Amino acid sequence: MNTMLITGTRKGIGRYLVDYYIERGYRVVGCSRSAPDFEIENYQHHELDVADEKAVAKMVRAVAKEHGGIDVLLNNAGIASMNHFLLTPLRTVEQVFATNVFGTFNFCREVSKVMAKRKYGRIVNFATVAAPLKLEGEAAYAASKAAVANLTQVIAKELADFNITVNAVGPTPVATDLIRGVSDDKINDLIGLQSVKRMGEYRDISNVVDFLIQPESDFVTGQVIYLGGVS
Amino acid sequence: MKDQIFEIIKAAIDELNEELEYDELKDVTPETAIFGGESGIDSLSLVRLVVDVEAGVSEAFDTEVTLANEKAMSSRNSPYRNVAAFTDFVLACLKDAS
Ligand SMILES: NC(=O)c1ccc[n+]([C@@H]2O[C@H](COP(=O)([O-])OP(=O)(O)OC[C@H]3O[C@@H](n4cnc5c(N)ncnc54)[C@H](OP(=O)(O)O)[C@@H]3O)[C@@H](O)[C@H]2O)c1
Repeated sequence: MNTMLITGTRKGIGRYLVDYYIERGYRVVGCSRSAPDFEIENYQHHELDVADEKAVAKMVRAVAKEHGGIDVLLNNAGIASMNHFLLTPLRTVEQVFATNVFGTFNFCREVSKVMAKRKYGRIVNFATVAAPLKLEGEAAYAASKAAVANLTQVIAKELADFNITVNAVGPTPVATDLIRGVSDDKINDLIGLQSVKRMGEYRDISNVVDFLIQPESDFVTGQVIYLGGVS
Repeated sequence: MKDQIFEIIKAAIDELNEELEYDELKDVTPETAIFGGESGIDSLSLVRLVVDVEAGVSEAFDTEVTLANEKAMSSRNSPYRNVAAFTDFVLACLKDAS
């Protein structure tokens, strides 16, 4: 049974991915800051903040020890801040970067050490169309995800010799709590910037992840795949 | 504690060298060069070694250490330059962690 580690699984896209990959035969280990309200066979949960370096190292080592390795890492945990940048406190920027960038960094580093031992691994990070579209009102969020995209591309090079691929998926708006505070008008404007003008669905994300993590995709690395025809 | 760390590092190098078969890594002493100088291992092997030592330390001392370091890749002060430096570095990381 292959082991997949997904961050941010309590709700939203992460929660969907848990069900999706358990159904496809994976053993899934997830995490979030607060406890989930579900229990599923072949699913284990760790409560931690992805920005907590020590907690991440501990979790990854425990998972590797118990299951003999980690095949796939999905760095899904993320938070957003929608605000005019003139009104954004630095503290908010720090929090957004802590989860989105430092959290992704922590898990990439710890998990790829485990993957390197077996010379196999698939890592998928989470970007967003807000970065290439340079959306107003999302400076901190978009900048953090631009950092994730670049991190993805650099570490893809550094991990290639270990047969670990590192890619990112960049979703368009998907109806989750993350964008609940954004007005319908803004979402519609945003959808208007996409080539394919509709809301994103969970399945759009798992479809890209499926492709990136399949063993045959060993020649695909350092790519950021945006949905909805955004580039 | 230091002796124990030395043994963990030695065991990790021995395991790595089963594959590499480098003469200079056969008898591990504090002076054995690891990485960055004329002799020693490449960066891929260094990563494997570090991972093994992290795991060994976690098992032996029940403490998580992340052996990341600013100077890791610059050879002169690198904590990976030889076994003695690496042992001191692991010891310092362990003290920080506990
Ligand atoms: N929804 C969209 O429209 C959209 C669009 C583009 C990209 N994305 C990206 O997709 C990913 C998932 O978003 P989502 O829409 O599913 O968001 P969500 O519904 O708000 O869920 C976020 C998940 O991440 C966890 N989380 C947040 N901060 C964490 C931290 N510091 N440590 C550990 N877990 C943390 C949350 O659990 P806790 O609160 O319990 O920690 C939760 O389970 C994010 O990376 C997001 O940027 C989403």
